Amino acid sequence: MIRLALAVLASMVMTAPLRAAEKVSDFTLDNGMQVVVIEDHRAPIVVHMVWYRAGSADEPPGQSGVAHFLEHLLFKGTDTLAPGEFSATVAKNGGTDNAFTSYDYTAYYQRVAADRLPLMMQMESDRMKNLRLSEDDIKTERAVILEERNMRVDNNPAALFREQKDAAQYLNHRYGVPVIGWRHEMEELSLEDALSYYGTYYSPNNAILVVAGDVQPDQVLALAKQYYGVIPANPDLPKERYRSAEPPQTAERRLVFRDARVAQPYVSRSYLAPERDHNAQKQAAALTILSEVLGGSTTSILAEKLQYDSKTAIYTAAYYGATSLDDTTFDLIVVPAPGVTLQQAEDALDDVLAGLLENGVDQDRLDRVKMQVRASEIYALDNTEGLANRYGRALTQGLTLQDVQDWPKVLQEVTADDVLAAARTVLDRRQSVTGWLQAEEVGQ
Amino acid sequence: MKMMRFILPLVLLVAALPARAEVNIQEVTSPGGIKAWLVEDHEIPFTALELRFKGGAVLDLPGKKGATNLMVGLLEEGAGDLDSRAFARATEELAAGFSYDLSDDVVSVSARFLTENRDQAVGLLRDSLINPRFDPDAIDRVRQQVLSGILSDEKNPRDIASKQFRKLVYGDHPYAQDQSGTVDSVSALTRDDLVMAHRNALTRDRLYVSAVGDITPGELSALLDRLLADLPKAGPELPGVAALHFPGGVHVTDFATPQSIALFAQPGIDREDPDFFAAYILDLILGGGSFESRLMQEVREKRGLTYGVYTYLVDKEGAKLWMGSVASGNERIAQAVQVIRDEWQKMLDHGVTQQELDDAKTYLTGAYPLRFDGNATIANIMVGMQADGMPIDYIATRNDQVNAVTLDDVQRVAKRLLDPAKLTFVVVGQPEGLPAN
Repeated sequence: MIRLALAVLASMVMTAPLRAAEKVSDFTLDNGMQVVVIEDHRAPIVVHMVWYRAGSADEPPGQSGVAHFLEHLLFKGTDTLAPGEFSATVAKNGGTDNAFTSYDYTAYYQRVAADRLPLMMQMESDRMKNLRLSEDDIKTERAVILEERNMRVDNNPAALFREQKDAAQYLNHRYGVPVIGWRHEMEELSLEDALSYYGTYYSPNNAILVVAGDVQPDQVLALAKQYYGVIPANPDLPKERYRSAEPPQTAERRLVFRDARVAQPYVSRSYLAPERDHNAQKQAAALTILSEVLGGSTTSILAEKLQYDSKTAIYTAAYYGATSLDDTTFDLIVVPAPGVTLQQAEDALDDVLAGLLENGVDQDRLDRVKMQVRASEIYALDNTEGLANRYGRALTQGLTLQDVQDWPKVLQEVTADDVLAAARTVLDRRQSVTGWLQAEEVGQ
Repeated sequence: MKMMRFILPLVLLVAALPARAEVNIQEVTSPGGIKAWLVEDHEIPFTALELRFKGGAVLDLPGKKGATNLMVGLLEEGAGDLDSRAFARATEELAAGFSYDLSDDVVSVSARFLTENRDQAVGLLRDSLINPRFDPDAIDRVRQQVLSGILSDEKNPRDIASKQFRKLVYGDHPYAQDQSGTVDSVSALTRDDLVMAHRNALTRDRLYVSAVGDITPGELSALLDRLLADLPKAGPELPGVAALHFPGGVHVTDFATPQSIALFAQPGIDREDPDFFAAYILDLILGGGSFESRLMQEVREKRGLTYGVYTYLVDKEGAKLWMGSVASGNERIAQAVQVIRDEWQKMLDHGVTQQELDDAKTYLTGAYPLRFDGNATIANIMVGMQADGMPIDYIATRNDQVNAVTLDDVQRVAKRLLDPAKLTFVVVGQPEGLPAN
């Protein structure tokens, strides 16, 4: 079935007609593989992506990092490709390729001239099932991911701090374990671990193909049938993505992380928060607007109160990860000005939050944020790869195409009352973690 | 109307021909004499505009290191009748985006604005460039942010490495100093210093402009005069060429962290040198940012010594370097450094193979047209081309220049350029088996 869904962008705030919208089609192959096509004919380029509904939060206990490890190993050989030949072939065709892993998904992509799409599909479909790994591959690539951990985490006190905070935020859910893995478990990852994860999750009925660029939907469908459609579905794919759920969080958590490499201390607070759900995005939309109003820019409430008025902070921000399969977080950060203690910075943050919960948000702020949201939909059209990512992320995290296309409208419909109600629900200290990042104490 | 056109090969063979880039660039000159390159594309109702002012942080006056950096940070912190907060609100109400950036050699301004409120957005951008306020409270606020950044850099191994590298290689040229300045120099900056930095850095004689999107040549022409005509005509002279020092060896800075960061470099090549494309291909094969490079294969893929190792040609106004970087655990960095040295020597002794050259060419010529894929991206490429003095038809001829490079060219340039004795490593961390100087 070919369904052409024109995502009509929300235009309720402004009356000017919008002339642009992304052109999206979707299909499902007989083996269950979902296909999304985003057309952009401005340049003869295509982005070809395969997303698996499997990430680090789907790993077995004790094997943290195996999803990401396997992602690296997919660039080794198959029955027909020598190790490294995949990327070498993409490069010979003038393309670039890469992959990434998160809690809820693993994705592989190539960016090439549009006429090379068949070759990309041929190779990507090949490594969905035909991976061949040796013990040597395991040994070398394990060293690489350990160096990656060194670079991203162990060399960076802020990243180490974040790991400890996430672990404290989730009492029972796998989001508390880092995507890259805990070092002691990474060191033990084996060929069997990687292949077991591969066998469980890599199959067409657990994958989404996203093709974006100078292509025609019927042409993509024909190629998808030819290359991916012939791979049998895995009948043993777990019916549900089972994750151990969070119990009620009833006790506020606090932690202090000290590291000699910290030059600029700061306070970070995160609250457990609901995510966007299929056909139920309203509360997440309110939280998205709340994060913008509170700490999205220099005109937001935190910046005005703490950076401009009281000069307590040199930097403030709020962040909310709306798209997530399971419960996400709403995060706040305050970087104190010189001479301001972390306690004072935290108190100032709590004063702002108390004021917000008391007074709500004014309409001016709300209108500015909505104008930004509306414009960001126009600017987003300039980046086809960004659009492809948006769909891939949503579809691997429990949302549908319709949810993605409704989202701008749901955001525009958020009222000041919605924002206040969402704030009152989520800004509950019992579900929060407050962390202080500090330098080592002197004189010990 | 669609102004980006590409001609595709008619048939797809195993060794397919690359797409050909034919970006249709128009040169627009305003009545006031300001030139810009334009690609018209009315598909999405916004325009991406790029401005580059040559000069940048090297224009800091003696004792005023960091003045240009702080000045650039203040351009969006109040202008014309609007103080910092009012300016930010006005920008958000229009959903325009302005970003102001600095490097040693360039002040960059990137803007995007919707067609529906283009005039108002350009008015705000104009004020920020021509009439920044430099209000005392804004100066203090942004100064604190800069100082915090400087202190953080002092405890970040990558930034420490960069600082050590500058000191070692650039001698007494302004490149030796970080553009942010030091705690002392930034603390001492006055409002007058910032006014002077503004006067010196944003001038018409070193300005380059490009625009891509929903705008006609006539509209752009009027925009250019309104936006830029009131800038000062000329700025002070730029510092000359840097005398570079490459003593060779490994220079270690002790810093307690598990992974050592290494920067390495030797003399590079000018973009205008006839051998540039051969050198560019040589760099790609050696370590130029792809998985297929020799260094990536030898250091990462075969030995697992790093997550990433890269080389690149640095083309600063007053310094041409061939640089690279790698990061490895303290216990393994010595081995990574040795493998890199060995590959350097091997490349000098034996050059590249015909297969490597062919693969590099198909990659470069195939990848080139893929760069031109969005208003913001194209505007950014076009302004860089102008600043580098490239002709307006460069895009159409660039792949021919790559294809013209022969195996003899590459072998000759390998002998000419590669210089293992000058290859100098700066390492920050606690590397085992690499003695600290």
